[in-house]
Amino acid sequence: MTSASQGLAGTAHEPDDRGHFGPYGGRFMPEALIAAVDEVAAEYEKARHDPEFLAELDRLQRDYAGRPSPVTDARRLAEHAGGARILLKREDLNHTGSHKINNVLGQALLTKRMGKRRVIAETGAGQHGVATATAAALMGLECQVYMGEVDTERQALNVARMRLLGAEVVPVTTGSRTLKDALNEAYRDWVSSVGHTHYILGTAAGPHPFPRMVRDFHRVIGLEAREQVLAAYDRLPDAVVACVGGGSNAIGIFHPFLDDAGVRLVGYEAAGDGVETGRHAASITGGSPGALHGAMSYLLQDADGQTLETHSISAGLDYPGVGPEHAFLADAGRATYEPVTDAEAMDAFRLLCRTEGIIPAIESAHAIAGALRLGRELGPDATILVNLSGRGDKDVDTAARWFGVVDPESLPTEEPPPGTDAQTGEREL
Amino acid sequence: MTRSVTGVDRLGEVFTTAKAEDRAALIAYLPAGYPTVKGSLGLLTQALEAGADLVEVGLPYSDPVLDGPVIQHAVDAALKAGVRVRDTLEVVEQLAARGGRAVVMTYWNPVLRYGVDAFARDLASAGGLGVITPDLVPDEGAGWLDAAGREGLAPIFLVAPSSTDERIAATTAATRGFLYAASTMGVTGARDAVSDTATTLVERARTHTDLPIGVGLGVRNGAQAGEVARFADGVIVGSALVSAAEHGRAAVARLTTELAAGVRGQHTGR
Repeated sequence: MTSASQGLAGTAHEPDDRGHFGPYGGRFMPEALIAAVDEVAAEYEKARHDPEFLAELDRLQRDYAGRPSPVTDARRLAEHAGGARILLKREDLNHTGSHKINNVLGQALLTKRMGKRRVIAETGAGQHGVATATAAALMGLECQVYMGEVDTERQALNVARMRLLGAEVVPVTTGSRTLKDALNEAYRDWVSSVGHTHYILGTAAGPHPFPRMVRDFHRVIGLEAREQVLAAYDRLPDAVVACVGGGSNAIGIFHPFLDDAGVRLVGYEAAGDGVETGRHAASITGGSPGALHGAMSYLLQDADGQTLETHSISAGLDYPGVGPEHAFLADAGRATYEPVTDAEAMDAFRLLCRTEGIIPAIESAHAIAGALRLGRELGPDATILVNLSGRGDKDVDTAARWFGVVDPESLPTEEPPPGTDAQTGEREL
Repeated sequence: MTRSVTGVDRLGEVFTTAKAEDRAALIAYLPAGYPTVKGSLGLLTQALEAGADLVEVGLPYSDPVLDGPVIQHAVDAALKAGVRVRDTLEVVEQLAARGGRAVVMTYWNPVLRYGVDAFARDLASAGGLGVITPDLVPDEGAGWLDAAGREGLAPIFLVAPSSTDERIAATTAATRGFLYAASTMGVTGARDAVSDTATTLVERARTHTDLPIGVGLGVRNGAQAGEVARFADGVIVGSALVSAAEHGRAAVARLTTELAAGVRGQHTGR
């Protein structure tokens, strides 16, 4: 079986030496941090050729994170997808409950190599924060996690997990108080602390070398899945699909399929209330090129280049930008990106619970919704590989509110979500 | 288009004048649109009248990663009040019409969105002298350097204590007007002491360039301005003035007067 370190081996699809994927990527960031990202780039370049580093990464991914993750044939779910075969790549079964651990273990090892004693991270849904807090505990690093105040409320379980793991969680109260603002605060911290601190960026975005390095740590998802599907079915899937916020789980599963011309790659972006309403987080579908948080990419911005506020029921997708390699793949037509609304995602969430006994992260539910749609389009002979990037324990509260499955008296007061039946507080599947 | 007297030339005069008077230049930052567009014009005018040699007109941006809480709060208020990119250009134009010297300080995305060439053209016609770009490094600035060169505007880049000698050399080579040296590793905000990393950075930069060097980040009073003036060609004050701006024009005038005395070595005590 493929090992995690093979993801770092280099491919035919690399950015230029300054991190550009066509017109995207690069470094749009303060000079004060250039030396730090240069150090990260140089150390990563050394590490990925160092057999000891690679062996340690493989050991941790196997013995600690639980890799390889299995592929599950979701037969009852498939009945709702026009009979197409739906294969789930089970990143939800990794230690800490999502794909995020792949990247974090790699970067935490790199932090040790650089001789730094502290790590910081931004988090939206809290999955990256939990993974970072976990790796920090494992490796004896100080850890501070920036999280938008809105997200600390809707993902309270993950806040508790991070604190149990010994990390300090800093609620960010500026701007829209979500993921974008957590990134701003993490950058501000890093400018002041860069001498002893590494910033474990949680997605395949930001300045060079993060988009490439984070992608490489996640390529194991696609490498494993490609091998697993070939071994079990003696064929490649017709399509590989994933949810896209910043896009780390998507680029991880897409990348090893880039040269398989017959494999469609589809990313599902968070359309919130619908792209046409303006209340969404679909950066490629509804955005335009610009520079934010260190890189040129698609961005939700107004006519003056101010970042727009986003909306998604999924905290992990509630971000106005996207990794630069996705922007490049979108322009090149190699991957396509489509919107999935809150309502579609939550329908898919419930369907996966009821048909397969799997509670997905709401982020990943966007990919499930997309796969259902694509399956109906492609028909019963199709095979669709879906990245089930995370598990939904953290989302039980949000889902319970959405579906009205708990006694409303037991929850803090909140407006019922739009579309809820006013009489029963319930939603139809 | 080449102009007979360019923004770069007029920016150079700020420093030659100050040097002739054996002092550092005082550079005052305030964001456009705070508290209102008209109000910001008044405050910037006040700063120039009270002794600032040059003003930096901040272009409000939604994600100012190099700014501390004081400036974040002010630009947030300006954006909530509806300030637009063209308002910043308008403020520069009004200042220039009254003989004031102004550069714009802006994060890069608003310029990208406006169009780099169009922004350079419109800023030059407004009478602006250059642009400070906190999140654009020369490595990504080819298009901007061309546009600035065409319009006679000064591209003003930053160096930081963490900058390597190679990067200081490359950054100073791309910079015109003056070099912005960040005194410390951190975001904008008034500090109690001027970091001694600033002196080291200025000394290092001088081995690569004859450009005037302005030092910013953390200067908040006349005494600190005097301290920085001993080794730098320009003293840049932002957050402290924005805090003063919360109390109105008189407070801005008082602080600017104190800072102007500081850069002349006339500030006693504190």
